[in-house]
Amino acid sequence: MDRLNVKKDYPLADKRRSLILTPTGKKLDEINMEQVLEGNVKIDDCRISDRTLEYQAQIAESAGNRQMAANLRRAAELTAFSDERVLEIYGALRPFRSTKEELLKIAEELEAKGAVLNAAFVRQASEVYQKRKKLKGDK
Amino acid sequence: MKRSKRFEKLDRRPINQDSYIAEWPEAGLTAMGSPYDPLPGIRIEDGRIVEMDGKVYEEFDSLELFIAEHGINAEAAEYAMSLKPEEIAKSIIDINVKREDVIRITTAITPAKMLQVVRCLNAVEMMMGQMKMRVRKTPANQAIVTNIKDNPALLAADAAEAALRGFSEIETTCAVSRYAPLNALSILVGGQTCRGGVLTQCSMEESLEVRMGMLGLTSYAETVSLYGTEQAMDDGGDTIWSKAFLASVYASRGMKMRFTSGTGAEVLLGHSNKKSMLYLEILCVYLARACGAQGVQNGSISCIGITTAVPEGFLAIAAENLVVSLLDMEVASGNDQTFSHSDMRRTAKLLMQMMPGTDFITSGYSATPNFDDLFAGSNTDCDDYDDYYMIQRDMQIDGGIEPILEQDAIAVRNKAAKACQAVFRGLGLPPITNKEVEAATYAYSNEEMPPRNMANDLVAAQEFFNKGVNAIDIVKALYQGGFTRVGDNVLEMLKERVCGDYLQVAAIFDKNFKTKSGLNDANDYQGPGTGYRLQGERWEKLKKKTTALVPATILEKQGIPDKKKGFHNLAEERNAEAGEADIVVGISPAFANRATAEEIYNNHSRILEKILEGVEEAGMSAAVVKIYHTDDLAEIAKLSAGFSKTGIGIGIQSRGMVRINHADHTAEDSLEVSFNMPFSRFSLFKEIGINAVEYARGSKPLRVSDKVKPGGLTSYQITMIKLSSDETAFINRRKKPARMSLKK
Repeated sequence: MDRLNVKKDYPLADKRRSLILTPTGKKLDEINMEQVLEGNVKIDDCRISDRTLEYQAQIAESAGNRQMAANLRRAAELTAFSDERVLEIYGALRPFRSTKEELLKIAEELEAKGAVLNAAFVRQASEVYQKRKKLKGDK
Repeated sequence: MKRSKRFEKLDRRPINQDSYIAEWPEAGLTAMGSPYDPLPGIRIEDGRIVEMDGKVYEEFDSLELFIAEHGINAEAAEYAMSLKPEEIAKSIIDINVKREDVIRITTAITPAKMLQVVRCLNAVEMMMGQMKMRVRKTPANQAIVTNIKDNPALLAADAAEAALRGFSEIETTCAVSRYAPLNALSILVGGQTCRGGVLTQCSMEESLEVRMGMLGLTSYAETVSLYGTEQAMDDGGDTIWSKAFLASVYASRGMKMRFTSGTGAEVLLGHSNKKSMLYLEILCVYLARACGAQGVQNGSISCIGITTAVPEGFLAIAAENLVVSLLDMEVASGNDQTFSHSDMRRTAKLLMQMMPGTDFITSGYSATPNFDDLFAGSNTDCDDYDDYYMIQRDMQIDGGIEPILEQDAIAVRNKAAKACQAVFRGLGLPPITNKEVEAATYAYSNEEMPPRNMANDLVAAQEFFNKGVNAIDIVKALYQGGFTRVGDNVLEMLKERVCGDYLQVAAIFDKNFKTKSGLNDANDYQGPGTGYRLQGERWEKLKKKTTALVPATILEKQGIPDKKKGFHNLAEERNAEAGEADIVVGISPAFANRATAEEIYNNHSRILEKILEGVEEAGMSAAVVKIYHTDDLAEIAKLSAGFSKTGIGIGIQSRGMVRINHADHTAEDSLEVSFNMPFSRFSLFKEIGINAVEYARGSKPLRVSDKVKPGGLTSYQITMIKLSSDETAFINRRKKPARMSLKK
């Protein structure tokens, strides 16, 4: 498929509705009141998928915002992680919370689940934290 | 020193209750620039920035490194940095340069260069720049909905009213933090009751905010702080990597997110490193861009007391807002904290964002009285609504909200409180009573709300999380409670999260859930006739003022003068002759016409009585002459003078203007003229009579003057417009001046 473009594909909900699937594989129109009342729609059906985040990243990129595209691609990778785990990783990245080894372990964990951008991101943090004294025990 | 009364009075003015500080660069107390700010520079090797603003890569602290690595478009940087700051500044306000061409340059310069660029702009240029550079074409506004009792029915009602007034985003927080899920739920239901598509957030500590977002209780986050120095970031308990990660976490859960920063924060934390407030804030905005955030809430925010205490404070705030736009992000431009005792000063501050328009003109207009605003009070609160609307009407600008009718507000507040009641019932939360619904419907503030059992609420709020109650349960509860439309709207909000269109820059929803962002509603301002224009249906809404007089009311109030109806309390005797009395009072053609409204001819009658009373009390005789052939006041006064024994004549027009002339002087050369004499103070007309006698005796009295109350002139002018124009229609060119007698 061609990369999406802001001019022809945005907003996705109007212009590329068929592309949008929930992480549970549901189409957008399958999320409706009837299905909710029958108990067939759960809150997990109302999440954004990694695919959709990649589409939005392509749109941001075509609009000249590579930083946002990078953020959305990191976000796409994080959809594979539980709410609890992403919050734990966030906590570990806060200053003076982790050793370099702990951060590198997180990077490995991320990489193992395909989150290569986030892994590189955490590795870069571990380097900088060491240099700028933001690791556990530095304070 | 013996005090000057005038200075003493000035000292007591509200403006002098504000605090001020002289500039002090060593303490970081300068707004727009410090001698310690770095000078711009860049060196790029193999496409990477290896030197920036006077530091080489190895010397970068973590923030500078993050900006160098992620925040600047390096491939265009060498060219962009070669341009003079004035050249870039000119392109920002040059209507012949497209916004996107400016963005290509401004996203490729360094923070120190950005500082130099915005420092070239004066206040008006700053606003011009903001008008052209903001991302979204259509301006919008954000409301704060909180109350110190955390009462859910009141939160829902206030959110519904805020949505009705047109706010695109609503934020809340809690008096007691464990209330968070209930407050988030209440404004979600309230907001969606009025119209679909209002974005809501509940500002709490990060992990709680993320959790609420994940449950679908909120749709955006805003209070994710950034600071411009490492030490200040440490104090905030974050690094830029943890913040950037958090930005990705929000996006991964389909939540809109913007960072918050602002001038003055680093000074307040004692970590300014002698840099100017604006320079440090520019670093924050670069950090937000480097994180890939869609937007920033800035404009000093909670530190506004510091920035506005030093010279150029407002200018620095306008500049920091502009920098967000120059880095192609959504700007939610502050005005959300009260900072001044002076209404004039707080309005001046507001206008710098309201006139050009920003993506969110206020990032928190308190939809409640400020004492219920748990974000410490906003620059504008619910008492200011009509002031705000009038500024929109007066200046023909769109401040993002619209006037509403009282009955509509009551209806939507009631519905929202009931919907919230239904959801509480459906979810097994402590009940919202009918008494609470009724109170919330008509409430001004928390003070009208009956107390709730807080212990029960807090237990329920805890269980809320334990049971994993989420927005799908809310949708069901709404549906089962009979609020199908509201339920549909909440469900639609969840579907929008699946699409992610509102993750893009500056996205809001209209009432039909159409995404409006910087991508599909791009600001295309390029001078007059382009960009956002307040017109059509929107302008019709914004110019509405329920108390404005309409033509029918004016006619009803003033009546239509009719020549056949004759005059009130006056009878025509004969043609006027010379020497009618010591002083002659000449009245204009329509004066005291019986067909005008009773109030008017009664006023005319009293005016005349008062003038005559004044003349007689001062010891002279007076007569009244009707002038038919002209409504020119100078001529009326001069003609009257000609009919008097002393040579002094007084002319009066229907709209109350009075003039004293001497027969020997030309018509243009008056002794005294009173403009815009309101009808309210009849004693003034007596003074006119007295003065006329004084002139007749050859003395020079002080002229009669009226102190016009604020607004008095306007109401007088409005009621007189019709009468003034009808005076002309009343002229009878062939009819001679007539001596009139007063009926008793």
